Amino acid sequence: MNIIDRRLNPKSKSLGNRQRFVRRAKADIREAVRDALKKRKVTEVEGSEKISIRSKSVREPSFSHSRDSGTRDMILPGNKDYKVGDLIPKPQGGGGGGGGGQASADGEGQDDFVFTLSKEEFLDLFFEDLKLPNLIKTQLKDLKSPVPQRAGYTSDGPPAKLNRVRTMRRSLARRIALRRPKDTDVLQLERLLAEAETDVPRDETRIAELRARLDKMLRLRRTIAYVDPIDLQYNRTERVPRPATQAVMFCLMDASASMTEPLKDLAKRFFMLLHLFLSRHYREVDVVFVRHTSTASEVDEETFFRGVETGGTVISTALEEMDRIVRDRYSPEDWNIYAAQASDGDNIPDDMGRCLNLVENSLLPVCQYFAYIEVSEQIGFGDTIVWDGYKEIAERNKHFAMRRVTSPSEIFPVFHELFSASAGA
Amino acid sequence: MTLTDVPQIGPKPALKASKPLFEGPDWNFDLINQTYDAIAEIGLGEMGLDIYRNQIEVITAEQMLDAYSSIGMPVMYRHWSFGKRFAHDEMFYRKGARSLAFEIVINSDPCINYIMEENSMTMQCLVLAHAAMGHNHFFKNNYLFKQWTQADAILEYLAFAKKFVADCEERFGVSTVEAVIDAAHALMNQGVSRNAAPRRRFDPAKAREREIKRREYEIEIYNELWRTLPQSKPEAKAEEVVVDSSPPIVPEENLLYFLEKHSPKLSGWKREILRIVRVLSTYFYPQRQTKVMNEGCATFVHYEIMNRLYEKGLVTDGSMLEFMHMHSAVVYQPAFSDRGFSGFNPYALGFAMMRDIKRICLEPTDEDRKWFPDFAGNGQPMETLKDAWANFRDESFIHQFLSPKVIRDFRIFHIRNKSEDHAVRVETIHDETGYRDVRRLLARQYDVSQQDPDIQVTDADLSGSRRLVLTHFVRDGILLDKDECDRTLMHVARLWGFRVRLVEVDNMTGAKLREHETLPLP
Repeated sequence: MNIIDRRLNPKSKSLGNRQRFVRRAKADIREAVRDALKKRKVTEVEGSEKISIRSKSVREPSFSHSRDSGTRDMILPGNKDYKVGDLIPKPQGGGGGGGGGQASADGEGQDDFVFTLSKEEFLDLFFEDLKLPNLIKTQLKDLKSPVPQRAGYTSDGPPAKLNRVRTMRRSLARRIALRRPKDTDVLQLERLLAEAETDVPRDETRIAELRARLDKMLRLRRTIAYVDPIDLQYNRTERVPRPATQAVMFCLMDASASMTEPLKDLAKRFFMLLHLFLSRHYREVDVVFVRHTSTASEVDEETFFRGVETGGTVISTALEEMDRIVRDRYSPEDWNIYAAQASDGDNIPDDMGRCLNLVENSLLPVCQYFAYIEVSEQIGFGDTIVWDGYKEIAERNKHFAMRRVTSPSEIFPVFHELFSASAGA
Repeated sequence: MTLTDVPQIGPKPALKASKPLFEGPDWNFDLINQTYDAIAEIGLGEMGLDIYRNQIEVITAEQMLDAYSSIGMPVMYRHWSFGKRFAHDEMFYRKGARSLAFEIVINSDPCINYIMEENSMTMQCLVLAHAAMGHNHFFKNNYLFKQWTQADAILEYLAFAKKFVADCEERFGVSTVEAVIDAAHALMNQGVSRNAAPRRRFDPAKAREREIKRREYEIEIYNELWRTLPQSKPEAKAEEVVVDSSPPIVPEENLLYFLEKHSPKLSGWKREILRIVRVLSTYFYPQRQTKVMNEGCATFVHYEIMNRLYEKGLVTDGSMLEFMHMHSAVVYQPAFSDRGFSGFNPYALGFAMMRDIKRICLEPTDEDRKWFPDFAGNGQPMETLKDAWANFRDESFIHQFLSPKVIRDFRIFHIRNKSEDHAVRVETIHDETGYRDVRRLLARQYDVSQQDPDIQVTDADLSGSRRLVLTHFVRDGILLDKDECDRTLMHVARLWGFRVRLVEVDNMTGAKLREHETLPLP
């Protein structure tokens, strides 16, 4: 007999098979994934997903007997009290009489195949072939420069990295533990010995005793080092590669009173998707959330998505806020700057000129891509004031895109359009 | 129904208090080694089992799921259907709806036993007795396994298959290869020559040699010159065709074999893939035919060994209780009307029959003497059982050994279900007049050739229209499932390359009942 421990063997031997399976059922799975998104709440976009697909593409046919023809003899266990000649009515909806072995031979129905997609697979399919357009500054600064970062202590290293505090702390502890005589103790004993030697009459036994003690003390001091190699502690650093591609996404959302709850929900869904996409594909992307009514402020993620606030509408405040943040923190030489703005298209009329000026002259020159989403309950009755204004900008600038969204089911297609790999080129 | 009359599970108390092999649930490799030795002493020494060398491999639950999805084999070519199975099993397992098997055992030499690390020591002990002794003995001695499988070559063959498929994927693209495997899998149950066990022993070295020769030939006949010719049919050139020129012998029940040898359009590597699937199908054919016997044998052996260990004082009372709890769950037979019913439980039926054979050998009743004159009361239960394990399959085993007592214990009865009626009729039950009928029909239920539709190649026109004709010989008016049949025919057509027709004919009257026809997709 031979016993082998296989537990450490590489796991997921069937990963290749799983990938083949997911690829095979891709069309169906994508459909299911999109359906799933429509039903989900804003807060639940992330997370693993139980997917039920029609088994059209993953069917494995074989020649098999049909269930509804011919005569079958069945041998079953567990007779209650049937006698020869008894008639047992068939259960409704077909199946073998008496729930025979044939009926459940296959276990599951052939129509739906249910399984769980991991979060990774879910999002991979979800964001397949999407990307941030015009990420040109990537190429320029693609070098990943490693940056040293503190990473605890080590017992070995170059002298320059010696951590004196730590080293002395260990030395002190060791000296105390091994009872190394202190300087003061030695001095005191030497003084006693000197006194004894000058004393009259000479007490030879005391001198001998003191000398012996002093000798022992000095011997101990010689054998127990003040700083021993085992005390040495060095600062340890690790070189952490820091990607040089830097991108920042500005999310600008109108939170004014004219944005009804359903509209806000639409806008939030869009930003949620955007946020998820960015955090997944571009780990080094900064996201700046700006919310505005008649004033604008930078807020954190939590407030942005869940906060409640109402007021009037002055869109230019948000654009100004963005402009200010760009100047303060994100120099356009180093950063790829993106912006996505959502609003219901409502604004104070005299503010529009200012808005257009800001967008076209301050923001667009520094932005790689600027997307405007207009949410509305329904399509109709002419263009809104913002849409009207932005239309001209869109005509003049290729990296300015605008779309309308009226229902949650449109969010994904619009998102896909805006960020499909070829958009904005 | 609860099986109150099933052979009583109640071990005799320990005779002598020697030191138990293990206490508590934790296991380690030393314990497994010692326990294996103690089990082997009983299994090989006292019961006289004859086994392949064992190889025990400890794996995690994750790895067990992996093994599940590739039909339990440690090496397997890649295909999406295994991924599908994995996704499915995994979901059930994660939900907690289904637990995993404690072990998987592979009919190979050495015999590979996978045991899970989550098992308690008692379970490991049970698993060793069950798989390393019971299944192993059955694999080595049963005539079907001897005739149909080559335990010493299967792993090497699978390694070859895996590499071959991977190479093909690299050369021809994953989806091209996938399409061929899909088609071959669809015909897997029609890939066995039932009436003739494979005569030639498979030699993996030869298969490799054959493939190398095939490729060399392709390289040899390759001429740069041909590339310069205008390509009228690029398809035809890509598909290098090697056909057996001898006229096909019909009827032929092994569709995979027929297509591999006679299909006019297949290139060499596609034929080799059909062959791989056919070899696999043949390898599993004995397992399909011996579920009851195989599991019954293993269950009987583990039951005997655990009880002997207990008698010797080698397992504690606590382990014995744990064992009995699991054992009774394994041999539970739900009644036909219970919710969890899915046919006969092979463990329950096999175990009950084998315990009953032991009883008949040792303490026969008058009824037993009448039914089983040749071994009732012969006092040699192990010899009788070993003979049964070696020379029978489920169908013949039930036909020969199912006793009236087991029929009564299980309360087995027979119903007839006619599709046109609204009720099923109880034909026979477990009484004096019914025993023989019940036994005969239950045996037939286990006959694999009765379970699979009888489909044969009956005509293939190789020189003219190139149409392939399959015939389904319909038994008892049971036709093929139309939807499944059409989809499978598509696969046949893809492999054959031309029009395929399937005729359903009543096997008694010869009357034509239905016809399907399909063309390969361009």
